Amino acid sequence: MTQTPAANNGLLNRRWFLKAGAVAAGAAVLTPAMADGPWMTYPGQSPGPYGAPSRFAALKREQITLNPLGPGDGASCSPLQSLNGIITPNSLHFERHHSGIPDIDPEHHRLTVFGQVKNPLVFSYESLLRYPQQTKTWFLECSGNSFRNTFDEAPDLTAGEVSGLFSCAEWTGVPLHYLLDEVGAHKTASWVIAEGADASGNNRSIPMSIAQHAIIALFQNGEPIRPSQGFPMRLFVPGCEGNISIKWLRSLKLSPTPAQTREETSKYTDLLADGTAQQFSLKMEVKSVITSPSGKMQLPAKGIYPITGLAWSGQAPISSVHVSADGGKSWAAAELQTEPSPFAPVRFRIPWQWHGQPAVLQSRATDAAGNIQPTRAVALRKQSPLVIYHYNGIQSWQVDASGKVRNALI
Amino acid sequence: MRSSDTCQKNQRKTRCLLLTLLAIFLSALQSAGASAETPLGSHQIPALGVAAPANYESVVMPDGKGLPKGSGDVDSGATIYARTCASCHGSKGEKAGVPLVGGRGTLDSKNPIKTVGSYWPFATTLYDYITRAMPYGQEKSLTPNEVYAVTAYVLYLNEIIPENTTLNQENLAAVVMPNRRGFRPAKDFQPFR
Ligand code: HEC
Repeated sequence: MTQTPAANNGLLNRRWFLKAGAVAAGAAVLTPAMADGPWMTYPGQSPGPYGAPSRFAALKREQITLNPLGPGDGASCSPLQSLNGIITPNSLHFERHHSGIPDIDPEHHRLTVFGQVKNPLVFSYESLLRYPQQTKTWFLECSGNSFRNTFDEAPDLTAGEVSGLFSCAEWTGVPLHYLLDEVGAHKTASWVIAEGADASGNNRSIPMSIAQHAIIALFQNGEPIRPSQGFPMRLFVPGCEGNISIKWLRSLKLSPTPAQTREETSKYTDLLADGTAQQFSLKMEVKSVITSPSGKMQLPAKGIYPITGLAWSGQAPISSVHVSADGGKSWAAAELQTEPSPFAPVRFRIPWQWHGQPAVLQSRATDAAGNIQPTRAVALRKQSPLVIYHYNGIQSWQVDASGKVRNALI
Repeated sequence: MRSSDTCQKNQRKTRCLLLTLLAIFLSALQSAGASAETPLGSHQIPALGVAAPANYESVVMPDGKGLPKGSGDVDSGATIYARTCASCHGSKGEKAGVPLVGGRGTLDSKNPIKTVGSYWPFATTLYDYITRAMPYGQEKSLTPNEVYAVTAYVLYLNEIIPENTTLNQENLAAVVMPNRRGFRPAKDFQPFR
């Protein structure tokens, strides 16, 4: 078997695994009479009402307390390093709440659409279930994702701990424009002010040009959306910072101007070095992260490993992902394992031969609009120090000679 | 696209015209068949919304629209603040964590401190936020008069309004915040293509 190098420090031709697999396939031998373990000698558990993962593969979100003053004002990160494909299981979808998760009885929940409309209307959960629905595989990213890599020192973190305020699900719901048609939105209504029914009553103003692509999401990966994701209904605005996809959606006000809510002034604005701030930078930038090998992992021995990760952009579908094993000196194109589509992440991979030498693994995404993921230095230059929103710098994982992988700021 | 390219190449105009007509005829047949088989078009809305209350409101706007009737002054605000806010934000709004005062003149420094006084562009936002989200743990427990009062007190702590001020639905929007001109829409702020 010839191993063609694709870039320096062990990156191999992305087809290499395919060829190796073809040879190995014939080698498997079936021995039906033998038991691999006790589980082959007695019946297992009966089917249950709601499934749970294997006790050998139970995953956990990492929880972040953002504010000791407010216990519900926190977040939890998807364990990106343990997942494959692009879908995040519902129990592992990241969370960011400003005042905890409300326990809403859908019978008592209403969505009111009003303001600059012909007929202000109220919709129940039951009634929205009867509307035509759309199903989309869309990512959601918190504007503050990867904030811990914006500081001067690199904390020793997993991929999920750094960049797990990012998840992706199949969302099913009612296109917002159906409701806008039904209420008869005025042409002058260029903003939609969305409000949640949680204790913080989280509210954001969204330009109509963006809101018209949104759905009122009712289902997440096939089941009713989780309370932590806005049950009974959330706004889902694809490609945009997660904060505007208002959970527990209770009202939409159509307005000629934005409301200048606390979340779009005090928070979620980008303070620049000159002391002025940018508002409504809503679309998420092109970004990628290698999820394996990644922080806190240990390579057991020299040999061939798949480098795999996720790439996404709120601006256009991903067109390519390049991977480097020498800290960005040489790059090779990775294989895209999933079909790029608007507002969906792609899973990429490339085989890598680790020779037992130090290495720095990086990935760099490019989208169909020509946006290229910047280096950390370039990404940080945009903003005032201490501002953590919309950070999309290239992630570096440092592998030392013993095979330990660590988060690095390069 | 492709059929017009072929037309140019072949220069056989009559044949092209016939082909085009045939294509139109076939597609008309197809769509007629489709609509006959689809009882409810995917864009047909069942229209199940019911009339909303005429006075429904959800938010306070920068021009003061959406503010309820009521009023409150700095003095009574100080009392309410001491009782319901000080434990988390400090008796003068100074407590680290979520400070409500300070930071003026720091926005262009290496250590910018964003507070109501240094960063917030609109006073109406303070009313909107306190009435929906504060006091944390007992959200929506304050009456409009109490929210006006505590809003006045926080603005007073930030030296934005004098101590003898009474705020109400008429004058809150007129309060000019120090960082009123500090914001602009993002460079890439644009409609989706
Ligand atoms: C139990 C603690 C607690 C109490 C009591 C409390 N707050 Fe808060 N306050 C918080 C927390 C936590 C946040 C941050 C919430 C977030 O970021 O989502 C906050 C945020 C704020 C903010 C926004 C600050 C900014 O710069 O964005 C204001 C204004 C505020 N509180 C005012 C008040 C007022 C007025 C009261 C009394 C009526 C009050 N708070 C009572 C915990 C508290």
